[in-house]
Amino acid sequence: METAINVIAGLLILAGTFFAFVAAVGLWRFPDIYSRMHAASKAGTLGSGLVLLALAVHAGDTATVSRALAGITFFLLTAPISAHLLAKAAYVVGYELAKSSVLDEMNESKRNV
Amino acid sequence: MSSADFLYIAVHVALAFLSVTFLVTVVKVIYGPTLPDRILALDMLVAVAIGFIAVLGIKTGYTLYLDIAIALGLVGFLATVAFARFILARGRIEEAEEGRPRLVSNPRAGISLSPEGGARSDASEKTTDAGRT
Repeated sequence: METAINVIAGLLILAGTFFAFVAAVGLWRFPDIYSRMHAASKAGTLGSGLVLLALAVHAGDTATVSRALAGITFFLLTAPISAHLLAKAAYVVGYELAKSSVLDEMNESKRNV
Repeated sequence: MSSADFLYIAVHVALAFLSVTFLVTVVKVIYGPTLPDRILALDMLVAVAIGFIAVLGIKTGYTLYLDIAIALGLVGFLATVAFARFILARGRIEEAEEGRPRLVSNPRAGISLSPEGGARSDASEKTTDAGRT
């Protein structure tokens, strides 16, 4: 039991750290703000959520597990809201998409600033 | 190699990689070409700090820091929302020649924060456009 808990916690830590690192690389590699938002909000949230899950698995204490799960739920709820609000604000104010973008379905919403 | 050794190695590898991630994101905050890039990097920075707190909780056993992580997530969310509202209130942006965006002056920035003010300015714009044409 102890062995399984240690191995699962270690693997979750490594996976979460990998996703956080990939998110930081994506912040530099993607061409515009809207595609960078994919990296930061999805991979970044997944990274911190996996490490919090590793803490919950490793602790095995009811208070710690419930607080870690509450934290994961909170981040999963708030990250899409803040990313969507930031993307909407940047788009309405007029930051351009990258030249390689193929579709802009919200083109008419730029006029209602 | 026992499982405790594996967890020890995993925690130290994770601390090293999270440090590199933190530094890369801070450099992105400094060099990000536009304001939304910097705000996004700050949001990412909060997520990396929460991961740091969780790894340190596993390493040292101080799970008391978990409450601080939850409060940090709340503060990061509110900061991102406030910055997004600031981008909306600051006004329109146009691409300059060298690819760096430039702020276009917006004298009604204070008014357009409220929905009624935005509707009123929109209506006045429409009437002036109709008057011109």
